[in-house]
Amino acid sequence: MDTMRERFASVVSRLLDDDPRLAVVLAEIGKDGFTDAARAHPDRVINVGIREQLLVGVGGGLALTGMRPILHTFASFLVERPFEQVKLDFGHQGVGGVLVSAAGSYDWPAGGYTHMAPGDVALLDTLDGWTVHVPGHPDEAETLLRDAAAAGDDSVYVRLSAHSNSAPRDIVPGRFLTVREGRRGVVIAVGPMLDGVLTAVAGLDVTVLYATTVRPFDGPALRSAIGEVGDVVLVEPYLAGTSAGAVNDALADRPHRVLGLGIPRRELRRYGTIDEHLAGQGMDPVALRERISAFLR
Amino acid sequence: MTFTDVHTRYGYDDLPRLMSLMTGDEKHGPAATSTLDVVWVLYDRVLRVSAEGTEAPGRDRFLLSKGHGPMAYYAVLAAKGFFPESLLAGFGAYDSPLGHHPDRVLVPGVEISSGSLGHGLPLAVGSALGLRARGLSGAAVWVLLGDAELDEGSNHEAIAYAGAMGLERLHAVVVDNASAGHRRAGGIAARFEATGWSTATVDGRDHQALYEAYTAPHPGRPHVVVARVEAKV
Repeated sequence: MDTMRERFASVVSRLLDDDPRLAVVLAEIGKDGFTDAARAHPDRVINVGIREQLLVGVGGGLALTGMRPILHTFASFLVERPFEQVKLDFGHQGVGGVLVSAAGSYDWPAGGYTHMAPGDVALLDTLDGWTVHVPGHPDEAETLLRDAAAAGDDSVYVRLSAHSNSAPRDIVPGRFLTVREGRRGVVIAVGPMLDGVLTAVAGLDVTVLYATTVRPFDGPALRSAIGEVGDVVLVEPYLAGTSAGAVNDALADRPHRVLGLGIPRRELRRYGTIDEHLAGQGMDPVALRERISAFLR
Repeated sequence: MTFTDVHTRYGYDDLPRLMSLMTGDEKHGPAATSTLDVVWVLYDRVLRVSAEGTEAPGRDRFLLSKGHGPMAYYAVLAAKGFFPESLLAGFGAYDSPLGHHPDRVLVPGVEISSGSLGHGLPLAVGSALGLRARGLSGAAVWVLLGDAELDEGSNHEAIAYAGAMGLERLHAVVVDNASAGHRRAGGIAARFEATGWSTATVDGRDHQALYEAYTAPHPGRPHVVVARVEAKV
């Protein structure tokens, strides 16, 4: 099975053949996947070098001329470093584009904190109108990337990860998927957290919703899932509690409790593997079961 | 936004009066007018864009990157009929489209929303690439920066890339009123030249010199015009 990033390169290369509005903008990272596409479409596969402010500025400029830009690099350098460009060169100009990140939170633990951006989704939450997709499998990444490319002039963030579930689910962009139903609460597993969550809640009487689009947040799905017990657990592969406000908004008219699990703010300052990192952050199945069980009444 | 009461026959001599509608002053010092001649000559003699064609795909683009002090820019746009002069008196007011930094969503003819320095040149690079990808290679992209604005590192990402790529349809004007805190004589053009741009340095008040610098051939290279005006005091 290919990775989400490999799927990104192959799918978007094909989309470039079909849609003359699309252009890919890179800052060195990820360029190898677009070698053939760059040969076929030299004007629409653009590598600006290690220049991330320019990466986003060029994306905004392309959009101003009617193109639909697809920008890609690691989340640290796509959202955090050029954040003012994301804010001003897209939203403030009244144009949109597709931002596709990799290595968001813990994909490369041996690379350390410089290559981690667990706050990316929270940062985009400070801006208006961003759709945020978090696929949990390469097949889901393909579905969501195709949807993002075709989403008119919307601004869309697609958060790819090296962390993946074992099998794809039959997802619909924008909707939560009910994976199992129970009575003691609702656990929302985001993207690659699903497998770990399902292991963690084995034998617990809870509903599990699978979220691969977190903005807009599928409030109606949560409301119809919540039943009589207003307990919600979020398990997000980025900054803990990022979607707690969205849960509160969805349940504003009824009593509820929210536990937001995710990556803590404090630096772990450990290297190693993804599994070791998840355990170190309290996000492996054992820790998740303990924390979810303690929260549910 | 469409208007029925625009004027299209105003000339350069009308600009001080149009600016007065915004500033309330009869006369304007060098700081307020540092971009006036530079922008006027572009709109009057160089840019292929008109009030009727603000959405035309193949139009030339002028991007005001240095969004501070846009009175001269607004005056030129009003003089060229992009919006009526009656809007000018509202400059900065809650219900006016004319802010102290321009907003492309609100003002006809304004190509980018600016104010934060260092965004215009990267947007211009993207615009030049987008026009080329769309086959609209006749359209020119112009971006105006201030000399102090070049302090922002984002410009240097754009200058280096555009020079290396030889983006021939990209043009920059740097209005040099010696306002950068740390500067070196000749340093502005040298920075562009080092990355492969065509450069010209002229008196930013001399309309004929500006016109000649704007229209100088620069095959295979982007072009920058450094327009020197009175030093900011």
